[in-house]
Amino acid sequence: MKEILVILFTVILTQNACLSKFLGICPFLGVSKKLDSAVGMSVAVIFVMAMATAVTWPIYTFLLAPNGLEYMQTIVFILVIAALVQLVEIVLKKYVPALYRALGIYLPLITTNCAVLGVTILNIDNQYNFLESMVNAVGTGVGFLLAMVLFAGVRSRVEVSDPPKSFQGIPITLVSAAIVAVSFLGFGGIVENLFA
Amino acid sequence: MEAIFTPVIILVVTGLISSIVLVVAAKFMAVKVDQKQLDLREALPGANCGACGFAGCDEYAAKLAAGEAEANQCVPGGAAVAQRIGEILGVAVDNVEAQCAVVQCNGCSSATDTVMDYQGPKTCAACATFFQGSGACKFGCMGYGDCVAACQYNAIDLVNGVAQVDRTLCVGCGMCAKACPHGLIAMVSVSKTVAVLCSNKDKGAISRKVCKNSCIGCKKCERSCPSGAIKVTDNLARIDYSLCTNCNTCVEQCPTGAIHTSAC
Repeated sequence: MKEILVILFTVILTQNACLSKFLGICPFLGVSKKLDSAVGMSVAVIFVMAMATAVTWPIYTFLLAPNGLEYMQTIVFILVIAALVQLVEIVLKKYVPALYRALGIYLPLITTNCAVLGVTILNIDNQYNFLESMVNAVGTGVGFLLAMVLFAGVRSRVEVSDPPKSFQGIPITLVSAAIVAVSFLGFGGIVENLFA
Repeated sequence: MEAIFTPVIILVVTGLISSIVLVVAAKFMAVKVDQKQLDLREALPGANCGACGFAGCDEYAAKLAAGEAEANQCVPGGAAVAQRIGEILGVAVDNVEAQCAVVQCNGCSSATDTVMDYQGPKTCAACATFFQGSGACKFGCMGYGDCVAACQYNAIDLVNGVAQVDRTLCVGCGMCAKACPHGLIAMVSVSKTVAVLCSNKDKGAISRKVCKNSCIGCKKCERSCPSGAIKVTDNLARIDYSLCTNCNTCVEQCPTGAIHTSAC
């Protein structure tokens, strides 16, 4: 139980996907302009991360590892995740149209998101078992949600600010992203001490 | 050889299984999209302005196809689009009631004053976060032109520190109304030319002090209107356009000149 909680809090706070591992920066900058789209994107990411882990972990453990094909993980994972997201999209469209409308436009965007691939590969690298992998996936997604929501708030202030011309647009956004990332350094050590 | 064959076979098989699953899923779980809805979406302008009251052109097309919306609700598209929608749906359409934006403030720089030397970003949204704006009137136009920036048709200009709509250019999409942090801009049918150009809800004595052109809530217009179209609520006159006949009585009666008429 303790290991599970450590994993959960580590990936949400100290090892945040966006702010300390620099995964998923593309949606982090692209979709964080408005709070509601930021939340929609993040929920879709949580969903896809959990689904992807549930599929890739068994594939690695029962198909690739026994055959000595560990080096194939990246290409197989990309293939499987891409197909999975498409499948989920079709199923949602048919059976849960409300959820499809909420997540629909974000799902194709996440198909090749590096954060999703990153989570599945980190699960293997850290030699997590299936439960730990799922916690890691959902936790990383929640961390992504936290970063997106915080950054959407920051950006709504940046939008009305008046930076020098050369800083306008993406540069000032990157600078503010860096400052938010630095603020997350403040969580350093908190997990170790919480569960010491 | 095995070192090459096993990975290739595993990859090919994984790919094959994925593609078969996807093909089967696409076949059996296909959601039928109404051809009518696609045609309707094609006919709409695609500006996603929301003037029809739905969340964008896609939803309006869906509602139209389901028969839950009237064909004449697309304001920017106007009569031409309504006609086209009518053809697709096979129904007769009433003409679109074209709309026009009205900035309900007349506090030009000679009538009102500023109460602070505002040095921040030159946008209304930013200025409004400081004590509801730099103007003496807390309800009025701040004159930084968020509506001007929002207008895709160059129909709004700043004249003497107040936004003014060029009625010949305005298509009635309502983007400016959403951009104004003080909510000054109302969408009014183009056939109605009279408007109360003030949004100050303070008592007459106070609103008079901050702006010479303000509505003081004296109810002279309310009493004089032959069709009973004007009501003063919260010290502010507002016209019920379903009753207004453009007779201009209120324009002549208003002691402060807050009610204006504009030839269209």
